[in-house]
Amino acid sequence: MAFHVPAGISGTQRQTWRSLLIAGFLGFCVSGTLPAVAVEDGPKAAADEPTLVPIGYLKQDVEELIPLSRLNVKPQDLGIAGAEIALKDNNTTGKFTGQKFTLDIERVPVGGDAVAALQKLVASGHQFVLVDAPADVLLRLSDSVKGQDVVLFNVSAPEVRLRQENCRANILHTAPDLAMLADALAQYLVWKKWQRWLVAKGDSPEDKEYLEAIRRSAKRFGATIVEERPYEVTPGARRSDTGQQLIQLQMPVFTQGAPDYDVLIVADRRGIFGPYLPFRTWDPRPVAGTAGLEAMSWHPAHEQWGATQMQNRFQRFAHRFMLPLDHQAWIAVRAVGEAASRTQSGDYAPINAYIRGDKFDLAAFKGQKVTFRKWDGQLRQPIIIAGPELPVSTSPQTGFLHEHEEVDTLGIDAPESKCKLQ
Amino acid sequence: MTASRLAVFLIAAAWLGWSAVPAHAYTVYVSNEKGNSLTVIDSETLQVLTTIPVGQRPRGIMLSKDDKTVLICASDSNTVQVLDVGTRQIVAELPSGPDPELLNIHPSGSPIYVANEDDNLLTVIDLNTKEVLAEVEVGVEPEGVGVSPDGKTVVVTSETTNMAHFIDTETYEITDNVLVGTRPRFAEFTADGEQLWVSSEVAGTVSVIDAKTRKIIKVIDFEVPGVQQIYIQPVGVRVSKDGTKAFVALGPANRVAVIDAKTFEVEDYLLVGKRVWQLAFTPDQKFLFATNGNSNDVSVIDVDRQKVTKSIPTGTAPWGVTVSRQ
Repeated sequence: MAFHVPAGISGTQRQTWRSLLIAGFLGFCVSGTLPAVAVEDGPKAAADEPTLVPIGYLKQDVEELIPLSRLNVKPQDLGIAGAEIALKDNNTTGKFTGQKFTLDIERVPVGGDAVAALQKLVASGHQFVLVDAPADVLLRLSDSVKGQDVVLFNVSAPEVRLRQENCRANILHTAPDLAMLADALAQYLVWKKWQRWLVAKGDSPEDKEYLEAIRRSAKRFGATIVEERPYEVTPGARRSDTGQQLIQLQMPVFTQGAPDYDVLIVADRRGIFGPYLPFRTWDPRPVAGTAGLEAMSWHPAHEQWGATQMQNRFQRFAHRFMLPLDHQAWIAVRAVGEAASRTQSGDYAPINAYIRGDKFDLAAFKGQKVTFRKWDGQLRQPIIIAGPELPVSTSPQTGFLHEHEEVDTLGIDAPESKCKLQ
Repeated sequence: MTASRLAVFLIAAAWLGWSAVPAHAYTVYVSNEKGNSLTVIDSETLQVLTTIPVGQRPRGIMLSKDDKTVLICASDSNTVQVLDVGTRQIVAELPSGPDPELLNIHPSGSPIYVANEDDNLLTVIDLNTKEVLAEVEVGVEPEGVGVSPDGKTVVVTSETTNMAHFIDTETYEITDNVLVGTRPRFAEFTADGEQLWVSSEVAGTVSVIDAKTRKIIKVIDFEVPGVQQIYIQPVGVRVSKDGTKAFVALGPANRVAVIDAKTFEVEDYLLVGKRVWQLAFTPDQKFLFATNGNSNDVSVIDVDRQKVTKSIPTGTAPWGVTVSRQ
């Protein structure tokens, strides 16, 4: 015979609940050995109504090609489901801290006005807003709320320039940038002693940005790019009845006659030809980069460091696998929740300060705490190296040393940063 | 070391009256998380006696108060298995709820308290009737379970909510919530019931909470020379019965910290195997066994000498450990 004890939060037990809040608050309201809690503000949590912490989510829809593999069709709620489950996590904790988090979603159609959507969120009291939008839209959004008490979480845009010359003080990035992803992959390949890279590159601007990151990583970690071979493409229909036979002939020819190399690196962020390369190269070589072995913040089969629980929880909730964007959104909402819990506040200033401060850390199923880099607002996190079915490794790799934290061997480190936060 | 050289070494050690041999033989049970088995070790000879297949992903394990059974959280089988130590057979499976990770037992022998990591619940099960007495809603990802020596309070830690929840064992109401460092994994009451020690894996700290006032009286930090701070990830905690020493398993720092439990000063860091998870004393408190998840062995620590005296191979990915008086 089972019964649920909801920890005294039903209406009839309001008095009990209130006393629990006070007890809970006093529980950590002691001397200087504590995690930083703004105790001088007094027991706000003991108020009758829970403190509300509204979080916004702005998603700018974009025109995208249908992926070559139907396994990679993006779920409609990609990212949003990650934010929603983090909201549930925050509110479970909120039961004990007297805080209630809400998530309000603004979905901007292709060609829609993202700035207006953000203004709507801000006008309705949202000071913490997750943004899933292309880099240029994100910058417009950032500029539109410059000087206001609003922080934007970039949950999707990986462009390095958003953390370098175009960095913004009001943006925190939970999405890893291309430099982190390339460094993470490079470390693994160098650890594996696959140091001679043949690069197959697409010709889009986003491929060029990825290629820049790959070139930088090769130089940093001692790999050699033996040749950069452009793939001339005219994106066509995703499938045709006889397409496979044709590709089987094209891909070996495309990779024929290369200098000696260990691994083929693909720079094709739109996924136009990269997914065709594994198992079709002229020489028997592994494929990595934007196809084959890839670097990512999260993988649906990642189960290290307690991630099994996160995956189970997410799958029960969303009825699909958890993807990198979901985890990036999860981290953003959890960061707000963690800061609100530690500061006992729902206000912008203490939460924003806590997230950016020295006391902040978050458990994100990555084997170590994740925190934000002070010099560019980028989330400092280990990166998963994975094939389609299973993670292969997690970077940073053993042996790549850093004077402070090894995870800072991934991406743009403080001394080389061009970011001037303003 | 080859088998014959090992034998010579052991004979020599025995002949020299090697102090690593306990006065009394106990039986040590180690759960192998990836091996789906228990490794059974004789605490005197330090030999593996047998390996027992159990449910999937066994983690937290504990001897029942009568020493007749081992309770095993078989996380992926969604049950707590009961192993008869005499026959070494699984004799019952308890309705633990999904993904049990750690458990603890009321001083009277029943009920047992199981943390259901996947469901934000603490499940209370009568060990005799095998019925669920209560399910208490707690924070996100409950894990560590501590029971006060007087049996009046059970504490569960929630890894994502970052709290130690104090629960009244009569009413099953949460009476206090204490915010601790990030990802709290283990809760251990001192034998006198005065303090609760909680390890925080991601924060890299141990919080000592006054069990009466429910206030944190000390946050213990660790610093291992040559190991980056980020790899100091405390999990298992044991405080000696006399309240003088505490031992904390530091995970990927591959060390067990030795702490003066009165002053809270860290006295030493003992090098053990890779990714040390949990700890268990022998009943005479002379030895401490530490499970090393990534090197597939347990380290044997001589408590008085504060030395690691031996490592014993186990199944794959040893996680939990408990020691029987027999």
